[in-house]
Amino acid sequence: MQGKLASFFKSEKQWLRRAPLPRTYTDFLGRKLFTILLTAQGIGAFALITLAVIVRKLNVAPAVIHPMIRREIARSGVRLLPMYLFVAVALGFLAIGQTVAVAARLGAFDYIGTVMVTVIVRELGPLLAAVLALARVGAANVIELGTARALGNVEALEASGIDPIHYLVVPKVIGMTLGVFSLTVYLILAALGSGYLFVFLQNVALTPSKYCAELATSLGWQDFVLLALKSCAFGFFVGIVTCYHGLAQPLRLEDVSRVTVRATTECIFVCVLIDALFFVLYLRA
Amino acid sequence: MNNEKPKQSPKTAGAPVVPIEMRGVAMGAIADPDFLVLKDVNWTVASGDFWVVGAPQNSGKSDFLMTTAGLMPPVGGSYKFFGSPTRIFDESRLADRLRVGFIFEQSELFHYLTVAENVALPLRYHHNLPVDEAMAAIDDLLGLTELRPVADVRPPDLAQSWQKRAGLARALALCPDILLADNPLGALDSRHCHWFRRFLDELSLGHKWCRNKPLTIVVTTDDFRHWRGGRFQFALLKEKSFVPLGSWNQVLASEEPLVKELLAAPMAEVGK
Repeated sequence: MQGKLASFFKSEKQWLRRAPLPRTYTDFLGRKLFTILLTAQGIGAFALITLAVIVRKLNVAPAVIHPMIRREIARSGVRLLPMYLFVAVALGFLAIGQTVAVAARLGAFDYIGTVMVTVIVRELGPLLAAVLALARVGAANVIELGTARALGNVEALEASGIDPIHYLVVPKVIGMTLGVFSLTVYLILAALGSGYLFVFLQNVALTPSKYCAELATSLGWQDFVLLALKSCAFGFFVGIVTCYHGLAQPLRLEDVSRVTVRATTECIFVCVLIDALFFVLYLRA
Repeated sequence: MNNEKPKQSPKTAGAPVVPIEMRGVAMGAIADPDFLVLKDVNWTVASGDFWVVGAPQNSGKSDFLMTTAGLMPPVGGSYKFFGSPTRIFDESRLADRLRVGFIFEQSELFHYLTVAENVALPLRYHHNLPVDEAMAAIDDLLGLTELRPVADVRPPDLAQSWQKRAGLARALALCPDILLADNPLGALDSRHCHWFRRFLDELSLGHKWCRNKPLTIVVTTDDFRHWRGGRFQFALLKEKSFVPLGSWNQVLASEEPLVKELLAAPMAEVGK
């Protein structure tokens, strides 16, 4: 850990934060830009280290790590299911129901499938799933790891010859990735179902078969592949950013709240960036 | 897990390998590795030695032990661990790292694990044991350290003295060759203090938990009085220097003011 993350400890980033305030706006913007780039570099390096540990230590201490991964999947996935179903129903009523009602008034049923796939399957579903996972589990990850860091648990693991990334980060990142992927699928299915329920209650002349047919014709194989990749990328990076901020730098207990806010903001920023990247891929598909 | 000992050259094959040998070592602080805590440390620890290193608070005792444990690299100089040049015990030196047991001053136990789970963690991880088997394996250790009654308690619900015992038990879980203890008697009541010192004495002479193998022990302290009368070797961290003092009698005879402070001598005597 010392070797792997030493560059994060004494980095230019610390110097940038401690340096006197710049005199001009351009200096201020320059410093902000450098800070963002250095943070991106740190997160990128941390992601690569974590991936390398996942691959290299696949069979190291499975009796310890595998139950932890299962626990994290339950924490980031199964236990959040009721909340996700509630949000999915609300999303279905608010977004799908209203869209279909408006489309019915305009007689534009042919566009319902395209609108549903674009809004729910490609955009709102994965993004909302990631943001909810961040709020419920990601923030808790930062607090948990930041407290462990501040209490010296990381040094204790190193002294026992246990790789802190393998023990603390890998289960959380795998749990978050699989949890966000599964919850995205459930959220989209539940939102589409509840949306039709709202349409049915409004007496719109749209049969279930027509509704399903519209959806089916608008969905291509690329949608399934990109949805899986996108939700996994959201989960992976939410896990990485939260663990990076909790673990990769020396913390005191009073720093934990500040770091949690910072990690949450950066997670949203990263998710928006990933979303933009996938938007380009959708346009090309 | 690779437990191979370092190879010896034919010339030194008969000679005992020195566990810790430092020549001109400079050490940084863990919070800021560029800040020099100690410089020009020349120190040799023979197998079975019991060293007591004294220093006031905030003078780099923890950094000294962490560098010795290979948790952070020395800033300069030559550090040999069982004859092998060492900077930090990375993954390629896992076997060496597991030869060192480390007791932290604040114990540093995981608060979400019970005492037994904390103690069993190194054993479970390195031997890939399920919970039940690991618990059976550490049951004797919990008994030896009198931790059985609190085995299912989480550390925040325990007094600091018991947390320190749990830290000791965790450090011993893998039967190390060297035990490094950061101020183990600090903030202990007299009963626990007496127990801790007696147990470390037994470990140093050879304890049944470690298959009667005498442990090499290094402890730090901010009060020499706890270590009076033993067969220990004493040293002092003073103004970024490592100063060997010798036996207890030599400590008592020392005119060094800092030594007198660590012996809690009357202030008039300290000023002499």
